[in-house]
Amino acid sequence: MRVQVTVNGVEQVVDGVWELDSLLNMLREHLGLRGTKNACEQGECGSCSVYLDGSLVCSCLVAAAQVEGRSVVTVEGLGSGDELHPVQRAFLETGSVQCGFCTPGMVVAAHALLQSDGNPDELTVREELSGNLCRCTGYTKILDAVNLAAARMKEPS
Amino acid sequence: MTTTLPSRTAPPTQQADGVGSSTLRPDGIPKVDGSFIYSSDEYHEGALWGVTLRSPHPRARIASIDTTTAEGIDGVAAVLTHLDVPGSKTYGMIISDQPVLAFDEVRYQGEPVAVVAASNPEVARRASNLIQVEYEELAPQTDPEVSIAGKAEGFPDGGLVRHVKIRHGDVEAGRRAADVVIDESFEIGTQDPAFLGPESGLAVPVGDGGVELYVSSQHLHHDQPQIAASLDLPLDKVRLVLSGVGGAFGGKEDLNVHIHACLLALRTGRPVRMVYNREESFFGHVHRHPATARVELGATRDGKLVFSKVRLVLDGGAYASQSPRVIGNGSFFAGGAYDVANVWIDGYATYTNNPPCGAMRGFGLVQSIYAIESAIDRLARELGMDPLELRMKNALSEGDVLPTGQAIDGPAPLQELLTYVKDLPLPDASNPASVDPRARPGGLGNTTRGEGMKRGVGYALGMKAIGFSGGADDTSTARVTMWIRDGEPVAEVYCAAAELGQGIVAVETQIARTELGVSQVFLPDKDTDIADPGATSASRQTWMTAGSVVAACELVRAELLDRAAALIDEPAAELVLRGPNICDATSGRTLIDVAEVLGETTISHEYTYHHRKTYPIDEETGQGDAHPAFAYAVHRAVVDVDTELGLVRVVEMASAQDVGKAINPVAVEGQMEGGSVQGLGLAIMEELDISDGRIRNPSFTDYLIPTMLDVPPIKLKVFEFPHPDSAYGLNGVGELPNLSSTPAILNALRDATGLDLPRAPVRPVDLIL
Ligand code: FES
Ligand code: FES
Repeated sequence: MRVQVTVNGVEQVVDGVWELDSLLNMLREHLGLRGTKNACEQGECGSCSVYLDGSLVCSCLVAAAQVEGRSVVTVEGLGSGDELHPVQRAFLETGSVQCGFCTPGMVVAAHALLQSDGNPDELTVREELSGNLCRCTGYTKILDAVNLAAARMKEPS
Repeated sequence: MTTTLPSRTAPPTQQADGVGSSTLRPDGIPKVDGSFIYSSDEYHEGALWGVTLRSPHPRARIASIDTTTAEGIDGVAAVLTHLDVPGSKTYGMIISDQPVLAFDEVRYQGEPVAVVAASNPEVARRASNLIQVEYEELAPQTDPEVSIAGKAEGFPDGGLVRHVKIRHGDVEAGRRAADVVIDESFEIGTQDPAFLGPESGLAVPVGDGGVELYVSSQHLHHDQPQIAASLDLPLDKVRLVLSGVGGAFGGKEDLNVHIHACLLALRTGRPVRMVYNREESFFGHVHRHPATARVELGATRDGKLVFSKVRLVLDGGAYASQSPRVIGNGSFFAGGAYDVANVWIDGYATYTNNPPCGAMRGFGLVQSIYAIESAIDRLARELGMDPLELRMKNALSEGDVLPTGQAIDGPAPLQELLTYVKDLPLPDASNPASVDPRARPGGLGNTTRGEGMKRGVGYALGMKAIGFSGGADDTSTARVTMWIRDGEPVAEVYCAAAELGQGIVAVETQIARTELGVSQVFLPDKDTDIADPGATSASRQTWMTAGSVVAACELVRAELLDRAAALIDEPAAELVLRGPNICDATSGRTLIDVAEVLGETTISHEYTYHHRKTYPIDEETGQGDAHPAFAYAVHRAVVDVDTELGLVRVVEMASAQDVGKAINPVAVEGQMEGGSVQGLGLAIMEELDISDGRIRNPSFTDYLIPTMLDVPPIKLKVFEFPHPDSAYGLNGVGELPNLSSTPAILNALRDATGLDLPRAPVRPVDLIL
């Protein structure tokens, strides 16, 4: 199967995709974008979070065939050039990264949260990121990261 | 006490991003931008995919295996069974009892029976399903008591892995001296490490008949001989490289894909990738031992503990894995962090046809600390005494003697830890109706507005031995190299200490900065080309590897100063290293630049650090100086319980821990927070549901780990009482937070409801009043 899709702003034609492949698998195995992670492939952990046409989705639950003609943004597409996005920088600086396996998905989900609510309170952050499992950090530093990123993103650039 | 650290010359003064600073992790940027390569990301052009066929039965005799149909599938490159294992048919961390691929009999559900390599994972999976295995099912033996009685069929010694005996003082005299005695039994379910990064790896055959394996592991050098033995290759033909590890928590000490991927790669002559999916992962690694514990405690009327007697049973499942050591550790500290003169402990680890259990963060102590800390609260109730006061009255202090006869010779600041949680203000207990529903039990289900809701506060105290014990000569080796790059002195730290997420890579760079005054530190791949760093386990890695890295840095610095001394004709003893300069020790005046001394040359030294000598315990009495060091932590938990529906909200957790020296304070906090939350999971939600030897919930849909919304604010207090035996006075950190968090929450639930709640995790049905 052939899939045409825009990934991180670049139009791609992906050949040889298996009919039952997930978007996650297409990104990782066909496009070499392995930043999007495979921790459950059942929609339970959020490690595979990406944007599909601007909405946050679990890429393991989206069939590759469904993204024909659509636009996907992954963790690799958040920063600009060598610059990390403020959300990524905040994760780095607050100690939100241990093993880091949850991090790409968590970063994309936190990015999406701050797009819709620039000033989320603690319970809102906890609720909105509750679809992203982290086994290492206990989440406290991740809460700090979201708050730090929110503050920085409000500053006039 | 002696250590093997050479006498220290003064390290350079304060260096940015050195020891004690919360410097950024060197792997941080790739981890946030998605470019970090985990073992499940390893890629090789033309690689085959390997998959594993596993037993559907917890116990069965294998009558026959027929691979012909599977081999005939287009795209299949190899189908291997036990007949294809050229060397040792079994492997194991302590006892080589686990078949690489099952022969004769399968002993747990999910045991590997065959492996397939094919051009893509779907073909491999389909082919594996076409392997015909004829099983004769046998009744699984799942009761550890049968194994303790030596009556379990099909296991060595009738199913008993190890019986640990600790006999200290005179328990009967203690019983006579006691005014109050309790006798209670506790139980703890099976917890899964549930690391997010699955078991995975890439095996690449190399020209000389050997193999390279890129894999996630807690200890490459312990994997290597097990793999080599099964492949029938000399050690130097099996090279391991640490790939990115997505968490481990003990679950990546045992081998998983290792031998299978290498067998397939060597058979096909092609690279082979293997990645477990989440369901397979639940069958592909060891779990925390489920436990039962009977605890008898006696105290005088004024609350002085006079005896403790504990019978602890840990079911290790089908293979030994780390069970002999886990039950040792669980038993040594089954009396908790208390000063008790008369102690009698029996610990049993068993074989059954349940899923194999082994190392998991806390290593036997999560179970025994849970039991003793639950019993302490029960005793406090009988005494009519505040449970925190009872703890303060009996907590160990430096110089006290443990039930194993060993005197505590490092700091034991338990009074300080307990005082912190005692004095910490409690969270607001305002009218629940006014609180956001997301902060109430039941959350957005909006199941209560405060009616039927009760608040409770609970405490617990934990201790653990740090490092390998019982006579082990534990080591870590590191090589440190210094040279000039773009006019600046830089360093490389080469050490195979496994980075699992805890941050040893940051520690390595911090030490080199502090000791050598450099800014830039390089870390090459961690592999088996250098000597053994020991496992990232037992809360030992920072201690041990700081030992080797500091010492290697000191050797480099000493040579640097010697060379400088020769160049400028000054005694080396008068020189100090200050950043990029070498200065006069007294005046601080710069005498020569490091760049000038080194020029185009490098200085490189390797060092192997040993922790202080330990001794085996006596098999009959459990007495002996077995441990190199101890560490301590306390937790306080505050909970709200909806007693009509049995729903729980953990309102706040607070923890105090002595870490000796926080090499990287943010990383230390991260360990404390992460461990506390794993303990929260075990307290109220995490359990592998196992019946008749079968796991009923092998998915994140049914095995729940805490989400961000389940986790309350966590208050931390890090104490730094320097340990006399370690670099910078640091102590082990990683496992302590798991010990006291679970019983603190259970004690809070007991406080809220008045229920006994002997079993963790607590289920809603247990809490309905
Ligand atoms: S991998 Fe998609 S939600 Fe877990
Ligand atoms: S950092 Fe390991 S899972 Fe989040």
